[in-house]
Amino acid sequence: MIVFQNVSKIYDGCTALDKVNFTIRPKEFVSLAGPSGAGKSTIFKLLIGEEQPSRGKVFLDKQNIHLIRENELHHLRRKMGMVFQDFRLLSDRTVYENVAFAMEVAGSSNKEIVQDVPQILELVGLPDKLSAFPSQLSGGEKQRVAIARALIHRPSVILADEPTGNLDLLNTWDIVRLLLKINELGTTIVLATHDREVINNLSKRVVTLDKGRIIRDEENGRYIL
Amino acid sequence: MRKLSVWRVIKSGWQGFIRNYWLSTATVAVMVLALFMLGCLALFNVMTQAVVANLEGRVDVSVYFNQDTEEAKVLGVRQELVALSEVKSVDYVSQDEALKRFSERHKDNAVLMQSLQELDQNPLQPSLNIKANYASQYETIANYLNDERFKGMIDRVNYKQNKDLIERLTSLTGNIQTAGIVISLVLGLIAALVSFNTIRLTMYTWRDEISVMRLVGASNWFVRGPFVVEGVIYGVVSGVMALLLMYPMLYFVSPKITNFLPGVDLMYFYQANFWEFFFLLVAVGLLLGGTSSLIAIRRYLKD
Repeated sequence: MIVFQNVSKIYDGCTALDKVNFTIRPKEFVSLAGPSGAGKSTIFKLLIGEEQPSRGKVFLDKQNIHLIRENELHHLRRKMGMVFQDFRLLSDRTVYENVAFAMEVAGSSNKEIVQDVPQILELVGLPDKLSAFPSQLSGGEKQRVAIARALIHRPSVILADEPTGNLDLLNTWDIVRLLLKINELGTTIVLATHDREVINNLSKRVVTLDKGRIIRDEENGRYIL
Repeated sequence: MRKLSVWRVIKSGWQGFIRNYWLSTATVAVMVLALFMLGCLALFNVMTQAVVANLEGRVDVSVYFNQDTEEAKVLGVRQELVALSEVKSVDYVSQDEALKRFSERHKDNAVLMQSLQELDQNPLQPSLNIKANYASQYETIANYLNDERFKGMIDRVNYKQNKDLIERLTSLTGNIQTAGIVISLVLGLIAALVSFNTIRLTMYTWRDEISVMRLVGASNWFVRGPFVVEGVIYGVVSGVMALLLMYPMLYFVSPKITNFLPGVDLMYFYQANFWEFFFLLVAVGLLLGGTSSLIAIRRYLKD
């Protein structure tokens, strides 16, 4: 479903990605491993259409992402769910409203929103935090809200960019378990992380990047540099 | 679906306004000051116009006819003058009327009254008192009366005696009006820029949320909408507050201005034109708030 064909990205003479090729199949759980600056975030930026590749093509469901017009990009983004290291919640909205927002922008009816939002918050383990504001939540709770928001419009793929980077050990495993559960329910997961322990315990496919190049791509992989 | 989106955008804008009340208060405060200044400028222009009209109303030019000129001819000249676009009004003062006014004015001066009675005939001349629309037009009217065909009947036009005064008045009223326009433009521009910048700063605090909204899949319109609604709310609330703030200000200031410039009653003007003021301030606030938000948010949607 996701295809990178010979993709390079050069920022002001600095190569962030160098002739990258890989394919992610539906319902796969793939970890993108590598140190900071290896090119993990650039891959995500290309996938959501925030950046254009300098060379090569990126496809999602056979659609070339970089042929989509700027004002049509939001349709692409509704097919994906994004989770970030810094959570990126809307600070002036409650937990409920943050999650509902993703449905509102997609044009869901009020009835659907009222029905789905509490359900998804229950799934991520926050059924009693509906009216809390992000500032009243712990890091782990914020990340669960972010995951709920990413999941709410039933995307075919979730892109998680260092989702455990700001969390303690306990919360890290909670989030990883949650991502595994979501994957079991049929959603493709792409997890970018430099957390060796997380990757080594997942026993899933690992694509290892270094200095913008793929140096290893293996099933049941480990993070070795 | 579209109706639902519009409703959501409006609701979201309103929530933003209410929930970030400190930010809203600060923005509204700046806009209230700007719009209040605009309201004061409107009143200032009313005042200068009143002063100019008052000064111009005091000036006229009189044409004195020879004593033997027939009344019909004088009235004929009057008819011609009235037809001129520069002329506002022409009053005919007959010989008898002139005498009556003269006697009335000098009734306490016994010597003058006695010498008047000793004369066989009325020594005064029939005249026309001409008022122009603007002080600058008296010269044109005076030139018109210098025409050859009036030579036999017109004794004198007192424009020359009044010329200095009229010229000074023309330049004074012109200066007052120009100054009014320049001051209004400059202060209006400052008010608009200050409001625009305040809203820009408000939007700057939301730049991260804007990027989040886009990542979640919101169309540009859905991101922009609530902020524009918020800007419009800032403008409308500020307009209404500025309007209400003018009442206590005028309550204290208006009587003092009336003392200084009789005939200028700003409080009356404010009350009589309340709805015009309402629409002016609210419309300017609305436009200023809405367009400022629209322009300010554009750069965050482009990245």
